[in-house]
Amino acid sequence: MDVLDLTRLQFAVVTIYHYLFVPLSICLAVTAAGLQIAWMRTNNDKYLHLTKFVGKLLIVTFAVGVVTGLVQEFQFGLGWSAFARFYGDVFGPTLAIEGMLAFFLEATFLALWYFGWERLPRRVHAATIVVVAVGTLLSAYIILAANSFMQNPIAYALDPETGRAHLTSFAELMTNEVVLAAFPHTMAGAAMAGGGVLLAIGMWRAHADPAFTTLGRIGAWTTLLGGLGTAISGDHLGKVMTAVQPMKMAAAEALYETTTGAPFSVLAIGELGHDRPFFSIEVPYLLSFLGTGSFGGTVQGIDDLQAQYVAEYGPGSYVPMIPVAFWTFRLMMGAGIAAMAFAAFYLWKNAGFTKRIPMMPALLQPGTGTPRWFMKLVLLAPMLPAAANTFGWIFTETARQPWLAFGISTTAEGISPGLTSAEVIASLAGFTLVYGLLAIAWIRLVVHLSRKPLREPEKTTDADPEPAPAY
Amino acid sequence: MITFWFAVLVLAWVLYFVLEGFDFGVGILTPILGRDEHERGAVIRTVGPFWDGNEVWLVAAVGVTFAAFPDWYAAWMSALYLPLVGVLLLLAVRGVALEFRGKHDAPSWRRRSDHLLAWSSGGIVLLWGAILGVLVDGLALRADGEVAGTGLSRSLGPLFSPAAGLGALAALLAAILLGATFLSLRTTGPVRRRARDLARHTGTFGAVALLVLGVSTGNSMALAAAAIVFVAGLQARRAREATAFGAVVVAVAATVVAIFTVHGDVVLRSTLDPAWSLTRESAAAGPEALKIITVAGVLILPGVIVYQLWSYWVFRRRVASERVPS
Repeated sequence: MDVLDLTRLQFAVVTIYHYLFVPLSICLAVTAAGLQIAWMRTNNDKYLHLTKFVGKLLIVTFAVGVVTGLVQEFQFGLGWSAFARFYGDVFGPTLAIEGMLAFFLEATFLALWYFGWERLPRRVHAATIVVVAVGTLLSAYIILAANSFMQNPIAYALDPETGRAHLTSFAELMTNEVVLAAFPHTMAGAAMAGGGVLLAIGMWRAHADPAFTTLGRIGAWTTLLGGLGTAISGDHLGKVMTAVQPMKMAAAEALYETTTGAPFSVLAIGELGHDRPFFSIEVPYLLSFLGTGSFGGTVQGIDDLQAQYVAEYGPGSYVPMIPVAFWTFRLMMGAGIAAMAFAAFYLWKNAGFTKRIPMMPALLQPGTGTPRWFMKLVLLAPMLPAAANTFGWIFTETARQPWLAFGISTTAEGISPGLTSAEVIASLAGFTLVYGLLAIAWIRLVVHLSRKPLREPEKTTDADPEPAPAY
Repeated sequence: MITFWFAVLVLAWVLYFVLEGFDFGVGILTPILGRDEHERGAVIRTVGPFWDGNEVWLVAAVGVTFAAFPDWYAAWMSALYLPLVGVLLLLAVRGVALEFRGKHDAPSWRRRSDHLLAWSSGGIVLLWGAILGVLVDGLALRADGEVAGTGLSRSLGPLFSPAAGLGALAALLAAILLGATFLSLRTTGPVRRRARDLARHTGTFGAVALLVLGVSTGNSMALAAAAIVFVAGLQARRAREATAFGAVVVAVAATVVAIFTVHGDVVLRSTLDPAWSLTRESAAAGPEALKIITVAGVLILPGVIVYQLWSYWVFRRRVASERVPS
């Protein structure tokens, strides 16, 4: 691999890893805020214990998200300095504003919340976790706006002398039609990811404390509703993408020829070649509907788009890796649907109301508790949504290639001109080692925290005997 | 106006190095001042609520550098590729060690966390010091803003210069001073006593070192810093803990300001050809991007400073280091 491939691989590795933790932080922050409000409303201690438990998961997850997120902000200078020079003026402000407007809120108020149980008045304390939750959403929005610039570059003007881009309107940058569509989709995906973790812990620890069953139900509902949200928002995002990056959606279907009333293939066997010799299970007209909103709509094919781009941008290949696009798109949807089915089955077996549905055949056995065989599948609950999120991002980012910022700057042009392979191999090895160890420590800690009794009184040996203020 | 944006940028970097400086110092001193697991826990709890908020100043500083001076960001980040990756990896280890330590009761887990915390904090401080030393000295920048050279030595080479060595040592000294004075202010009992003694000794040593440096190079900044550090040591001796900490903060802040303004308008010197050096003018972003930084600097940052001060106020009590008989 040359230095370009290595640097791309490194970007992919650290970004995918970072994004395993980010959706969990977002969902756990919102859940902790909800649980604490539930506790204040009902005075039911179950919610207090769950709030503290979710808070601990949030703290350890947030820590990994912070330290891996820091890497993201440096990467554009470390490995992609040419991109930073030419588009930093447009791209940089999003990162700066995210840090100052959102990240400060999250970091400062999470510490105030976690350490402030006895120090702050009840309402003020509850407000701090709400601020954290808002901060995580704000962060996500601004970072998605930065990514949306790469998907659909707007709000810039090229300086004819230097060839560099200048920002023309920050407001326009923040209301890119892609970010407006991608934000709900990504947040629904984040809900699934966090919901899956809570569902798994709730299932696993249900025998230890009935409150864990409550947690499992919260997790299952979050996963299920998040799944519905990804479907609805994904449909909208698909239409926006068909308009701004038709090549990406054509690659997702391996559609070479422009087709009216195009079908959507659920599965395919064989080479995804030009002449469609492969066997596939197709749903007629569905692709046209997904892409354009009408069953008779016309979806542009890869060949026509390639010819069009050559005329527009000059000779070269503008086709992304078709099998990667085709399969990640399906794996994303498949994993998401499987996660929803998992959550729905759990709710069917554990929610009280399912027993009361009239005329229900006894064979379906609603509300009888989690079956033993199903318990063995518990790890699927966190893994399926994580897989769906990851495949979704791999699809979004690889099917944009060869562009770094679509239509204006290629990935090959963006790399730091002086960078050498030896340096990237060294740093990639470092990231792999450290990130691997972080993952092991994080898993150990989550398992350890889940095993602790939920209602264990807080240890007092560590508490201060109220010494004098330092200032 | 470029001066204003530059000031916002320097403010963010000053706050980062001062604030993370003391929590790096606390990290380094954890196994030195905390003799048993309980005392080490007390040492770490002095920064527990703050370290993360402190680290976000790095995000802010890098973000402002990227937004307001993209050329400068691109040049020094890619030039110092490996040292910066080293900083990031150590920051990752350190942040996780800090946050994970108290969540598990096993003594081996805590001991490992303490060691990782101390060594990673020390490593980061040395690397940052070296990087700042290199940035003052300048880099072998080509016309395209990238540093010349091949292989690993391209970005590791600059670390083996006298400026980098001096920077690393000065940073270590500053972090220990910040950490010791902060700990003497924030703890009670044996840790407080040990921290105060350490601050006094390092203060004297630091003042002498800076004096020698100032006299031998004729650098008035170093002489001024020597005087401030000397005052800090003196205040530590008289148990004026807040004043001692304040004095060290002033010395570190002044040094960071000096580092960023040492070449006047030139923000990054090229050692190959002065014409390839980056100036504030040549590295600055366009007007709309700078407007955003202005808004952030005027509207957002004061708010951040207010709520961060509030968090320091909420957690103003000292952390007891004596073992409470149960």
